[in-house]
Amino acid sequence: MKTRISETFKKLRKLGKKAFIPYIMTGDPSLEKTKEIVLLFEECGADIVELGVPFSDPLADGPTIQRAAERALQNGTTLRTVLSFVSNLRQVTQIPLVLMTYFNPVFRYGTEDFISNARNAGIDGVIIPDLPPDEAGDFVRTSRSHGLDTIFLLAPTSTEKRIKRVTKASHGFIYYVAIAGITGANLLLDGSMEILIAHIRQYTENPIAVGFGVSTPDDAAHVAKLSDGVIIGSAIVKRLHENPDKLKDYLFSLRQAIT
Amino acid sequence: MPDRRGYFGIYGGRFVPETLMPALEELEEAFFHSLRDKNFQLQLTHLQKTYIGRPTPLYFAERLTEHLGGAKIYLKREDLAHTGAHKINNAVAQVLLAKMMGKKRVIAETGAGQHGVATATGAALFGLDCEIYMGTEDMERQVLNVFRMKLLGAKVTEVPTGSRTLKDAINEALRDWTSSVRTTHYVMGTVFGPHPFPVMVRHFQSVIGRETKRQILAAEGRLPDYLIACVGGGSNAMGLFYAFLADAVEMIGVEAGGKGIETGEHAARFAGGSIGVFQGCKSYLLQDNNGNVLGTHSVSAGLDYASIGPEHSFLKDSGRVRYAYATDDEALAAFELLSKTDGIIPALESAHALAEVGKRAPALSQNTLMVVNLSGRGDKDVQHVARIKGIKL
Ligand SMILES: Cc1ncc(COP(=O)(O)O)c(C=O)c1O
Repeated sequence: MKTRISETFKKLRKLGKKAFIPYIMTGDPSLEKTKEIVLLFEECGADIVELGVPFSDPLADGPTIQRAAERALQNGTTLRTVLSFVSNLRQVTQIPLVLMTYFNPVFRYGTEDFISNARNAGIDGVIIPDLPPDEAGDFVRTSRSHGLDTIFLLAPTSTEKRIKRVTKASHGFIYYVAIAGITGANLLLDGSMEILIAHIRQYTENPIAVGFGVSTPDDAAHVAKLSDGVIIGSAIVKRLHENPDKLKDYLFSLRQAIT
Repeated sequence: MPDRRGYFGIYGGRFVPETLMPALEELEEAFFHSLRDKNFQLQLTHLQKTYIGRPTPLYFAERLTEHLGGAKIYLKREDLAHTGAHKINNAVAQVLLAKMMGKKRVIAETGAGQHGVATATGAALFGLDCEIYMGTEDMERQVLNVFRMKLLGAKVTEVPTGSRTLKDAINEALRDWTSSVRTTHYVMGTVFGPHPFPVMVRHFQSVIGRETKRQILAAEGRLPDYLIACVGGGSNAMGLFYAFLADAVEMIGVEAGGKGIETGEHAARFAGGSIGVFQGCKSYLLQDNNGNVLGTHSVSAGLDYASIGPEHSFLKDSGRVRYAYATDDEALAAFELLSKTDGIIPALESAHALAEVGKRAPALSQNTLMVVNLSGRGDKDVQHVARIKGIKL
């Protein structure tokens, strides 16, 4: 199925380029700011944007994104407000958008309603870190019928059996978690990623994007060589709050590094 | 038994990040293998007898019975197990399993500190490294147990995020496990979390009910009419109930009513919750309309948790087990009552079960038999209760 995400990767592959996928927590510190940042991402050459949905108990996230979620929740950001925010955003940008949310807000919203409303709002794909494919049979089927890409994770700990299962359920791209750990941890480049990604490629034609722990342009350059795209989250969120004046330069340097 | 994917009816499952999935598959295999492994079973039985101090007594609480003037009340004395609570049954078994799986380190969350102490004890026993996660608020109300864990050689890591109680400690323990899963086993302390934890912890706790059955038959020549236990995650309750599920025995689980359901400051998931997916499984959950988890309150750290073991949700829907709650004040009154009538200071968690006994027993006939799981002893709570009463020690 053609989706905005699959078309993006196809285009990049033809050009021999890799995807730059920056992340931002929606509503941190405000929806207006998030809109501004998404447009800045686009200006700096992002190919796909990942939007976080805040949750009270983000167990796959390190301190940086935990705090971003706390701030967004304090501002009253919910899954509902994120969807209407995206509808609005679609009036000014057509960049592919991937939602990163924990499962309980989706479950509470109603899984089918969520899928159709997310698609109508202009979301292209979803990543749910605590919903492995084993629990996502219905979710994947319904998402397919609405043209919403389901992006699942693989990790350095994934076994052969897991790789088969995850690659089968994934659409749009596969999210390879660079480290056995949580977001914002330190990347360890020991050569194992190359072997694991090559292994995953035996099972899928789908693009593979790498995230978790990518922070410097050097990290990004290294990871881009091994994969089809690079996802950068905590490092961007951190700069947004600690060093906002440097954010644009930083995004440009990431873009240049990802080739 | 749950189904192959760890579901009790519609509750349970395995909702965790991919990084942990292989470890859970490995653990599931190791656990089911251990059930058939003679060597594991022999070692565990030996430790239960010589180290934990099993079987624990079933004690007829004559003075409490007299005081309430109704049903005949028996206490299953898990407070007399090594380290002072039922938590040791599960912790020692899981650490033994971890050792056999070749893990070098164990981690755990703790609320009341009893599971942390039990895990630290198991780690000391088998020579494994140990780190315990505990919310700041719980560290304050269970200082004694924090020091005990340190004496046992464990590292205690404070969790100052979120509500600073058990759920936040579980988040942090899961984050640690995600980063250390190759060498570390996560000793989940209750019948909660992703499959196989709910079924595994129930299995390791079910010794409580098996012993109780033998003991009550020996004492009374028949099965009890009622079983009563407090329910945090639900391990002491499942441990007592499991052996009796097919029998004509009424079962009551008692949740923490905190300051009262109407105040919103409680941990009574069945009274104020709805179905959600949290920390690895689908079950009843205290949450808002947007699916964010609500803060909870209970005077007892061990019951102060936003969700409940999936098997309890199943038993609640099917009507097999009934669930009630006791408020902080009711639990505190029961805490003092048993201390005076029978010379047993119960854990504040167990005092919730005793509060339910206080409500029911007087109206029942004197040949009604009631067994209460006295899940832990109250030494850990003495300072906290003194503070609540405004007494300086
Ligand atoms: C003495 C005691 N009883 C009960 C509990 C509640 O746990 P569960 O519901 O798993 O038995 C705890 C938990 O810390 C405890 O320490």
